Amino acid sequence: MDQLDQLVAEAGADFAAAADGAALESAKARYFGKGGSLTELLKGLGKLDPEARKTVGAEINKAKAAIEALLTARRDALQQAALEAQLAAEALDVTLPGRGAGIGGLHPVVRTLERVEQLFRSIGFDVAEGPEIETDFYNFTALNTPANHPARSMHDTFYLENGDGVMLRTHTSPVQIRAMQAHVEAYKDRETMPELRVIAPGRVYRVDSDATHSPMFHQIEGVWIGESVSFADLKGVVADFLRSFFESDDLQVRFRPSFFPFTEPSAEIDVAFMSGALKGRWLEIAGCGMMHPNVLRFGGIDPERYTGFAFGMGPDRLTMLRYGVNDLRLFFEGDLRFLGQFR
Amino acid sequence: MQFSELWLRSFVSPALDSDALGHLLTMAGLEVEGQGGVASVFSKVVVAQIVEAEKHPNADKLRVCKVDAGQGELLQIVCGAPNAAVGIRIPCALVGADLAGFGIKAAKLRGVESFGMLCSAKELGLSDESSGLLVLPEDAPIGIDLREYLKLDDTLFTIKLTPNRADCLSLSGIAREVAALTGSPLSLPACEVVAPSHGETRAIVLDAPEACPRYSGRIIRGVNAKAPTPDWMQQRLVRSGIRSISALVDVTNYVMLELGQPLHAFDNAKLGGAIHVRLPKAGEQVLLLNGQTIPPAADTLLIADESRALALAGIMGGDDSGITLETTDLFLESAFFAPDAIAGRARAYGFSSDASYRFERGVDFELAGKAMERATRLILDICGGSAGPVQEALAADKLPARAPIRLRAARVRRVLGIALSADTVAAMFHHLGLAVVRDGDDFVVTPPSYRFDLEIEEDLIEEIARIHGYDNIPVLAPRGPITMLPRPEARRDAMSVRRLVAGREYQEVINFAFVEEAWEKDFCANTDPVRLANPIASQMSVMRSSLIGGLVANLVTNRKRQTNRVRVFEIGRCFSRDAAGTPVDGFRQPVRLAALASGLVSPEQWGEANRNVDFFDVKADLEALFFPRVAEFERAVHPALHPGRSARVLLDGREIGFIGELHPIWVQRYELGLAPVVFEVELAALLETVTPAYREVSRFPAVTRDLALVVDQGVAAAGLLKGLEGVAPAIVQRIELFDQYQGKGIEPNRKSLAFRVVMQETHRTLEDAEVEAAMAALTRHAEDNLGAKLRA
Repeated sequence: MDQLDQLVAEAGADFAAAADGAALESAKARYFGKGGSLTELLKGLGKLDPEARKTVGAEINKAKAAIEALLTARRDALQQAALEAQLAAEALDVTLPGRGAGIGGLHPVVRTLERVEQLFRSIGFDVAEGPEIETDFYNFTALNTPANHPARSMHDTFYLENGDGVMLRTHTSPVQIRAMQAHVEAYKDRETMPELRVIAPGRVYRVDSDATHSPMFHQIEGVWIGESVSFADLKGVVADFLRSFFESDDLQVRFRPSFFPFTEPSAEIDVAFMSGALKGRWLEIAGCGMMHPNVLRFGGIDPERYTGFAFGMGPDRLTMLRYGVNDLRLFFEGDLRFLGQFR
Repeated sequence: MQFSELWLRSFVSPALDSDALGHLLTMAGLEVEGQGGVASVFSKVVVAQIVEAEKHPNADKLRVCKVDAGQGELLQIVCGAPNAAVGIRIPCALVGADLAGFGIKAAKLRGVESFGMLCSAKELGLSDESSGLLVLPEDAPIGIDLREYLKLDDTLFTIKLTPNRADCLSLSGIAREVAALTGSPLSLPACEVVAPSHGETRAIVLDAPEACPRYSGRIIRGVNAKAPTPDWMQQRLVRSGIRSISALVDVTNYVMLELGQPLHAFDNAKLGGAIHVRLPKAGEQVLLLNGQTIPPAADTLLIADESRALALAGIMGGDDSGITLETTDLFLESAFFAPDAIAGRARAYGFSSDASYRFERGVDFELAGKAMERATRLILDICGGSAGPVQEALAADKLPARAPIRLRAARVRRVLGIALSADTVAAMFHHLGLAVVRDGDDFVVTPPSYRFDLEIEEDLIEEIARIHGYDNIPVLAPRGPITMLPRPEARRDAMSVRRLVAGREYQEVINFAFVEEAWEKDFCANTDPVRLANPIASQMSVMRSSLIGGLVANLVTNRKRQTNRVRVFEIGRCFSRDAAGTPVDGFRQPVRLAALASGLVSPEQWGEANRNVDFFDVKADLEALFFPRVAEFERAVHPALHPGRSARVLLDGREIGFIGELHPIWVQRYELGLAPVVFEVELAALLETVTPAYREVSRFPAVTRDLALVVDQGVAAAGLLKGLEGVAPAIVQRIELFDQYQGKGIEPNRKSLAFRVVMQETHRTLEDAEVEAAMAALTRHAEDNLGAKLRA
């Protein structure tokens, strides 16, 4: 049946020539439509005898199936081509930047405060705060620094006009007292007071201004009071913190005797980096000590029953050391080109 | 406190080099701030004399000198110093000398041979500048090595003493400390009694024995005040940072440095009658050594004679009673003034002195007599004269008490976290010169008269820690009960609020809390801000009651630096007077969050038409901070803001802040270009949030209807919406404003507001009738109460 083979070949050529769906449909009609070649052949079967009809019919149906397969293949190919054309037309320059708003950022010192808070929270320290206009009692007296105490000359205090006995706090240490008082009040009905572990970050003020001193700067106060808190624990907590903060296991940390009216014994904490621009230099980074019994008493805590340590650090300096910032004043100028570097 | 290592080593000389000695002091709490040689490193420099000095044949400014450097023959040296004169003795660097790395060779200078170099103080690192050769004393031995002659192999230490360690404000004190730390033998200067050689005395009256319980005086007659101060004394003074003035003044300073006792020398001829140590009388004035005339405050102790005030006791001498170069008879004072009587006084008058610095921290109250004898001896040796008997006025019961302190071994363990044997502790106290009595496990310690810082058990524990070495206390991992910190879910911390603000593209800033007074007036209409009594500068003279001024200043700064798109925020305290303020009476100091946005709404970008940020952009930022709580906004007037574009912010009906466009007046005055939009709210309001509560989700379809109402332009959308919500039946789930329209089709002065009303029931499908009834109720409410009409 060369005629049928030829028909299949013709159909294949016809379909292939169809460039789009519409052309393919009219090509299809030439074979399957009314008066189409296959339709005519099938009509002609009726004129054959049953035996021949069976044989010829089978042949025709085979050819029909072949043509249908060709049609489907061509249809799929055309659809695929159309999809590809659409996708190609829809292609974007994916290297263009994303649309929409940018991202702001935290102040570098606040970034440090956040890290410090997280590190201390991980060992059970809560975060406290206190007022910045502070009374003489909390800023000095309760911290074992009575009027005329020479230690007061270490603080150049900002006083307020018409403000009797009030000042801008010169350190965050007053929060020690406020935190103790609040803690004692909260647990006054209990036999045993739970440990007090708290840090208090905040702004403090001193009459001083140059490249390394700002009249407003930050401190972080830390306090741990319990029934068995010792100087050795203080060393452990502070050293652990400093190594965690600077992410440096080989950071050298040393404690040397110093004096603060509110701690006894007192220590100054120095660190030395083992690499970088400041390698090998001892840098003063914090003050600390065992809380003075008078201070515990002012906080309402019995120094015979409880001992505690306290420390105070400068987060501005921590930030400068951490990121290599060399001028303290940059922190307070609000220059977005500087601040934006710490996002 | 600055001192020479050689001087210290004359009292105690441990087997440590200078660096180790410095480390020892630092680690004992006497922080070494500075440490360095008194001269640069050099060798082969000797004392020489200029024997001849001729003009250089080929150079106007050079001279050809013949120098006797003790080398057997004269050296020819070309020298350019203007003071190179015949006869003077000068340092001479010989050929082969090394001056801090600079080698001296025989050379030809402008054709004349030169064998060495004559040196200035600067060239030897002895001073920072000099104007010619260093001229040495006439008796300087020729040929002797200069380092040896001037004792230049010495180190200067500068130590930063903490206020509690007044006992170390002298060489003796530091020596005592070094001996205690190292166990090296200590030999302090002998202060032998000088027997009187005449009988003249001056009576002393302690009118204020609490302030001055001990005062001794002695008349020394016939001194030569013009006698030169010996070189060794000058050298030690200079190396302690004290200028040599005259022999008598130098002796008093020397004894103060050596022993720690400030002394004062009066010209005996200028005193009349008995010496009184008393408080001031009304109207009294004192003319001080520094030229200042002050009316002493009522609590300032004076030294007076019978007719007038002479000096501020323990602080500064008077101008017309002190010794001069003409003085022949002097009255030498050596006294103990109580720290409380001196502390803060000098500072109040705007100066400080070596004497007041020591007295206010505490001078050994048993030292006055020894210092008197030591100074007398030195004066007699240097200036001649004859000493009278020492008169001492003493109120022994007013001297500081040295009460015994009980130290419990268990307490040492508890505070330091280390266990030390009783013998170890006893040895430490012994080295420190503390009198100790053992009582079982306890020690009863009586501090010496020079230690003002040992009052309680903890003070002794610190001494133990210092001597043991802070380095030797172990570093323990923190131990304690592990309990969780409560963190209420409905409360967030300031850090998470900061992250939210930053997430909306604001950069955090930190501005000074003291601001220009004008900002308070302009942005807060505040004419009575909290003022600083002692501001550091006039533009930082008042405490801010709002953060806005600082943010505006940030905008100005950044615009100047060519950054025009500025989005900044700050969280900080604001301050105002308020009788009901707490926790400090009389002041309110809430923490606020403020933000400012100016410039393009988005960063420069390609994807959308950009525009400048406006009120509603910033309002969306603020609303996002409160989410899921909903703040209300009411039109309000604020001094900082455009009156038509500002609102007060309320949460649960309470005013918590404001938002708006900056007033055009300030935009112009502060040269801001575009009007920035700002807000400021109380931080506390942002920290309270909500714990989510579950409501059942309906599986039945929702019905949505739109309601377009035409109202007067003055009707606030939020008020209308609130009214609708108030009357909406329970099936109304939410009402959303989705369009505002003014213009064609709407009367002037009217506007159309379109609301989408979503209705749904949890357990059944809604019926048409109830939907229609709900919409009718909403419409009726708007028509009846707000003059609204349904939009055609």
